[in-house]
Amino acid sequence: MAQPQIRKPIEGFFDNKKFLHPKFAANYGNWKYHDRPRPGVLHHVSNTGDEVWSVRAGTQRQMDHYTVRKLCDIVDNFGEGFCRFTIRSNIEIPVSSEAKVAPLVAELENNGFPVGGTGNSVSMVAHTQGWLHCDIPGTDASGVVKSMMDGLIEEFKHEEMPNRVRLSTSCCEINCGGQADIAVVVQYTKPPKINHDLVAAICERPTVVARCPVAAIRPTIVNGRPSLEVDEKKCVCCGACYPPCPPMQINDREGNKIAIWVGGKNSNARSKPTFHKLVAAGLPNNAPRWPEVNAVVKKILMAYKEDGRPWERMADWIDRIGWPRFFEKTGLPFTKYMIDDWRGGRVNLNASAHVRF
Amino acid sequence: MAKPMHDTPNLDELEKGPWPSFVTGLKRLAKENDMAVDLLGQLEHSYQTRLGHWKGGTLGVVGYGGGVIPRFSEIKNPDGSYRFPDAGEFHTLRIMPPAGMHYDTGTLRQLCDVWQKHGSGLIALHGQSGDIMFQGASSENVQKAFDEFNEMGFDLGGAGPALRTSASCIGAARCEQSCYDEARTHHLVINKFLDELHRPALPYKFKFKFSGCPNDCMNSIQRSDFATIGTWRDNIRTDEALAKKWFAKHGMNELVNDVIGMCPTRAIQIKDAGAVAKDGHVSSVNVSDTQALEIDNKSCVRCMHCINVMTGALQVGKDKGVTILIGGKSVLKIGATMGSVIVPFMPLNTDEDYENYLDLAQRVMDFFAENALEHERTGEMIERIGLANFLEGIEVDIDPNMINRPRMNPYTNMVGWDEEVAKAEARKAAA
Repeated sequence: MAQPQIRKPIEGFFDNKKFLHPKFAANYGNWKYHDRPRPGVLHHVSNTGDEVWSVRAGTQRQMDHYTVRKLCDIVDNFGEGFCRFTIRSNIEIPVSSEAKVAPLVAELENNGFPVGGTGNSVSMVAHTQGWLHCDIPGTDASGVVKSMMDGLIEEFKHEEMPNRVRLSTSCCEINCGGQADIAVVVQYTKPPKINHDLVAAICERPTVVARCPVAAIRPTIVNGRPSLEVDEKKCVCCGACYPPCPPMQINDREGNKIAIWVGGKNSNARSKPTFHKLVAAGLPNNAPRWPEVNAVVKKILMAYKEDGRPWERMADWIDRIGWPRFFEKTGLPFTKYMIDDWRGGRVNLNASAHVRF
Repeated sequence: MAKPMHDTPNLDELEKGPWPSFVTGLKRLAKENDMAVDLLGQLEHSYQTRLGHWKGGTLGVVGYGGGVIPRFSEIKNPDGSYRFPDAGEFHTLRIMPPAGMHYDTGTLRQLCDVWQKHGSGLIALHGQSGDIMFQGASSENVQKAFDEFNEMGFDLGGAGPALRTSASCIGAARCEQSCYDEARTHHLVINKFLDELHRPALPYKFKFKFSGCPNDCMNSIQRSDFATIGTWRDNIRTDEALAKKWFAKHGMNELVNDVIGMCPTRAIQIKDAGAVAKDGHVSSVNVSDTQALEIDNKSCVRCMHCINVMTGALQVGKDKGVTILIGGKSVLKIGATMGSVIVPFMPLNTDEDYENYLDLAQRVMDFFAENALEHERTGEMIERIGLANFLEGIEVDIDPNMINRPRMNPYTNMVGWDEEVAKAEARKAAA
């Protein structure tokens, strides 16, 4: 009997040159400066005098093919056949004449794609998969982000913040959404619930024991079968044991809370890159629109908008005003859980007489 | 015409409001695609129970060990059958996009055609690692979809303990701050390590990211094991016409408060025009007939702030290259770590430069493969063994740019001090 033909993959990562807008290709590595004629529009000028205008618009990231095709129609009819995406899922459509900008902006807006996300605006949220597709999610991401951006769309469309604002949302404590000026991250509050009938069959026990950052997991025998137990006094409820051992269920309808972190910064501009810091927790995982989470995010953003100086990122602003005033201005309660006790955490204590009154 | 819709009272709430709605998109798909109908049913169930209901599994395409993310629904009827059968299998294909995420519309439409035919029609542009995520294929259709993407020239991305899909900024294609050819470097690295990408055999994941300047738009220091960031060694360049234009628009207050006052190393001063220092390491530019900016490039740390504010008036230098930082990762298991400097400067212009760069990447990857524990990222490995040992392993000399400050405790045996001094003198002599 003839074997079915097996197709071998063609391995390799192709060159991106053929996907570049002709102005990008012609001026590759030869740009001189840029400015922003209006929010959502970048204008780049090359050393040869060539100019290109890029119009940036927000999308829902998880796109049906109709949405992608609609964007292609806009690019073909009002742009020049090329586009790209930013890492925050915004589309950028380059055009080679200024006259094309206004009609392109209008067409995007008319089709529900907000134009903005440039400069000192609030850009789209970098986010994870959540209930839609992840196997370990504590919340949804697309839903949190949709409800958050509904409330922040004017801040996306205008450049009225002290500096750019980068947001992220993560559906578990692994924080795949990444560091951000404001990060919305699931916080577990209960140790895993163990289904002892399944551990022996599904989990490689030494691997699971090794995953725990606080050595709270021990092998044990339950009802004559090998299983695992958790020292709940030691457990920090991080969920690290859950991916390698799904019978150690960390997610809990009521126990899953949402925490908010601020002042993460990836850029090297002014201060060195820094991680975000915990400023709120215990917020309910209140699908479908997470009003409590959105209220806190907005409160922080408005305090920053009002008090931040030009070019201060969230982290720079807090460096200047100090944490006591951050908590005062945002009205958020400062709790003992914000005092770092993880290894090396003493470096986060104030070992000085620098005190703000 | 697809089967009837499930009631989705929770998801319907996410159709309200001005931001583009993914639920509205899913409902468009559900008019023609049963998989999308049942996906909406499953997702609504998650919104009601406030729990996820997918489990992983093992699934791939012929020839590769990773790149497909299998998902099987855990919502079952009492008889064990799927309650949302058409989304019972809902796998994702990670596909590497062109570097810089550039597309022409013909390619995007063709990707849509393939996914409309073989999958749910749901596409994420893009996932957090930088892949196009084609979400929702049955087990049977994974291979068919991949074959068509692959014939178009697209290849699968990474998953599991493997080299992962990489990301590079728009860089040289449109940005005046670009200090090297990000796309070329990205392209060379992935193609060099394709085997590591497609056949997971590393201790854990390994990520490269490429940013053209220290603004680090790819978040590479935080998000990658191996961050390549453009920089320059010579002086900041200036353009008097653009500097005067900027000053005429923004004035002295903004120049002092937003530019000079925010320089992290106080490397910028305002001077009377004509009174600027005549030193080879000073950049200067008149902002008006009477005032000039003076930048001491020996104190400048290439943070990008002044260049961001006065775009064009101040520009990155001409002697460009890259800084390499190693060891960035997220929370698990020791807490998030940033990458730290391993190579302060490496030129990346000639073929030989690229060879040196790829050799270093190979040494790092080899050392990681041989020395990291299972499920240990590069940053954790370095924390465990110490930076000095890591550097020895990858044959890189130490450099004071690698540290914030020298050690602040005496707890190390310094019996080899004299030898190390000799090495330091030799490095100085060789420089």
